[in-house]
Amino acid sequence: MPKLPLEGIRVLDITVVWAGPYCTSFLADLGAEVIRIESLNTFVPLGRGPMAHPTVEDLKGMSPWAGAMPGRVPGARPWNRYPIFNAHARNKLGMTLDFFRPGGMDIFKRLVKISDVFVENNPTSTMEKLGISYSLLQEQNPGIIMLRMPAYGNTGAYRNHRAYGLHIEGVIGHTLQRGYADMDPSANSTVLMSDAAGGTQGAFAVLAALHHRKRTGRGHLIELSQAENTLPFMGQSFMDFSMNGRNASTLGNRHPYAVQGCYPCKGDDRWVTITLFDDKDWAAFVQAMGNPDWCREDRFAGAISRYRHHDELDRYIAQWTEQLESYDVMRLLQSVGVAAGPVMDQRDAYEDPHLNEREVFEEVYQEDTGTHRYPGAPYKMSETPIKIRRGPLRLGEDNEYIYKTLLDCSDEEYAELEAQGHIGMDYPEDMP
Amino acid sequence: MPDSALGDVKVLDLTNLIAGPYCTKLLADYGAEVIKVERPGVGDGARRLGPFPGDVPHGEKSGLFLHLNTNKQSITLDLKTEAARAVIRELVKETDIVVESFRPGTMARWGLDHDTLRSINPTLVMTSVSNFGQTGPYRDFRMAEVMVYGMGGEMYSTGIAEREPVKLGVNVLLYQAGATASVATMGALFAARDQGIGQHVDVSIMETQVGSIDRRMSTLIGYQYSGDITGRSPLGSGGGYPYGAIPCSDGYLEISAGRNYFPRVVSMLGSPAELQDPKWYAPGAQSDPELKEEFDTMILTWSLEHTKSEAWAIAQESRVISAPLNTMEELAEDTEFNSRGAFVEIDHPVAGTLNYPARPFIMNDSPWSIRRPAPLLGQHNMEILNRLGYSNGDVVRLRQQGAI
Repeated sequence: MPKLPLEGIRVLDITVVWAGPYCTSFLADLGAEVIRIESLNTFVPLGRGPMAHPTVEDLKGMSPWAGAMPGRVPGARPWNRYPIFNAHARNKLGMTLDFFRPGGMDIFKRLVKISDVFVENNPTSTMEKLGISYSLLQEQNPGIIMLRMPAYGNTGAYRNHRAYGLHIEGVIGHTLQRGYADMDPSANSTVLMSDAAGGTQGAFAVLAALHHRKRTGRGHLIELSQAENTLPFMGQSFMDFSMNGRNASTLGNRHPYAVQGCYPCKGDDRWVTITLFDDKDWAAFVQAMGNPDWCREDRFAGAISRYRHHDELDRYIAQWTEQLESYDVMRLLQSVGVAAGPVMDQRDAYEDPHLNEREVFEEVYQEDTGTHRYPGAPYKMSETPIKIRRGPLRLGEDNEYIYKTLLDCSDEEYAELEAQGHIGMDYPEDMP
Repeated sequence: MPDSALGDVKVLDLTNLIAGPYCTKLLADYGAEVIKVERPGVGDGARRLGPFPGDVPHGEKSGLFLHLNTNKQSITLDLKTEAARAVIRELVKETDIVVESFRPGTMARWGLDHDTLRSINPTLVMTSVSNFGQTGPYRDFRMAEVMVYGMGGEMYSTGIAEREPVKLGVNVLLYQAGATASVATMGALFAARDQGIGQHVDVSIMETQVGSIDRRMSTLIGYQYSGDITGRSPLGSGGGYPYGAIPCSDGYLEISAGRNYFPRVVSMLGSPAELQDPKWYAPGAQSDPELKEEFDTMILTWSLEHTKSEAWAIAQESRVISAPLNTMEELAEDTEFNSRGAFVEIDHPVAGTLNYPARPFIMNDSPWSIRRPAPLLGQHNMEILNRLGYSNGDVVRLRQQGAI
């Protein structure tokens, strides 16, 4: 029976929100023992969720991705029930430790000694305040790999600037290149693409450093500025500026040369996207629609003329799609080789025959939420299949294993740390 | 000189366009030796996509291709010919990783599927990057970038309720798919080196969105937990105020403040007396439309007097989570990004010297480096074939057969 690729690698994780935790979820999926360290005495906004102790009323006001706990009720331990956190919390272990309380740093150092990787994504000043640096880690463990994921960098004027992914994307130019072409950017909804980029390439960076360590025995300090990290994704428009001094703006749903749009379908808020790359696609599309008269208008003859009359074309296409189910448009057009697909809401995804046949969702149990179907690793491996081995980690649920088994704490020491507020599974009741 | 992180890794790159080439670019830029196989005469499809200098198409001047193929070598091989496939089999003997992005089933038709190649090299990692994966009812569907976001990602809730869902900026999803493939490929490389296991990695571009932390996993799980669908919100609604893109004298400042951070915003505005009024701090103040309107006038008066860059600096002094919405020009000319080395000038024999996005992350002990610009089509044919033991005469014959 083959082992998972990262079995035997231990990762310490003090990351918050999304970019950092997504990074460690890749490492956990691949078999690393990821220990997520959280403090019982601080509730990071948007870490586990918006609030430690929400009321039913509070939950009602939250977007589903933040507040849609099972039954929209807080339950005994609401912090273990937020979708925003449980999205990336699979396959990891949970421990609690307060760096600011007596004994906290000592426990942390003992953990560093027996670990391979440490990951954080805080503003530079927060890490200075904590007193955690690469040299501190190296003193405990010369082979340690430290991944830092600040928003802009650990040096320079922006090193302490506060940002979410939304802001990072603004700085690197993505925000002005997405959204409706006929509206100003205040109509742009929140997008967190740089969190995905940061988490993914952060995991790649750790893997590269681990690979290097096997050959050299040496550790690594990796600095991943989330802004710089996402910059390569803007390659086309960055190169256009380099070559032509041009500033790309948003095309909305349009394509640079194909006919493309997002069209309404039968039902409430149902949509399909269609892309017609060339004359062949156009001919197949016209035939699939049953050769309506308007297709023979001169202005729709030839790709260039069609693109020039995109607005009128969109109106005709919408009149056709409106009479059909989005999935039916996909099936009909794909059967003649035209790119079309429904805009899937969350229910569609869970019911989608393709995603189900490929077993993209896995049923997992977690004590505070019950059994549910979660998206698994976003790739498939033939010989070392990557599965959800464990449901979303609950606050402090692995304290016994980590303190007693890994760190050899005696029962006495454990009780003392518990009394000092390091160890537990509940936030204080007066924490909002 | 410290060696690069992946200096001992060899990659055979059979990818095209964006997602696959971005995966192998990450491997190449951190030190792997990457041999890119291109179709004779035409090459990678990205060579035909722009941008081009002066908008004049040229196979060696595509900004997209130049960006995605740094540090790679190019050999032209027509895989429809047996002679070319024999070259692939030779190359597979000395390679750790094959990355390919043909339509599913193509590699098998050519006798280059993973099972066959593994019989030549038992620890071979083969990563297949495709639109919908190697199996399943949508396997052979046509794909466009907007479709990936619509079917896999969180397009349904992107935009405003009054309008259709709207996609992200140009092709960013395909880069995300390539980055995901690079992680999976490295994972498989670990199993190959440590346990002698060769394996096939199946990366579906659609599924890299289903499993994306960019809202999708959370909205999916939110639906699982509660049955609630996440849709688009009406224009101007959202997390209290100030929230969103606020106009400045020369563009926009994106601010996320709302309830929790309101005191920081007050400090950003210079703590004016009118914002000391308890009404701003009363429960429900953040969802009161009249208060919001009153506040909007105040913040606009402030923001329109500043450039977005000035406003950003003032906002950050008060720790307000914010950022300017930059154009490519503003980004490329930003002194901080430049002094940190976020961009790199690369000289290319045909395209000349241009500014490119540089390293995604900095490794202190194994520097990212540009060892060579993107290759000319077939630039390394002779070098690679000679190394494999093909004589100059053999190469001429391959050329006559149309194999290279």
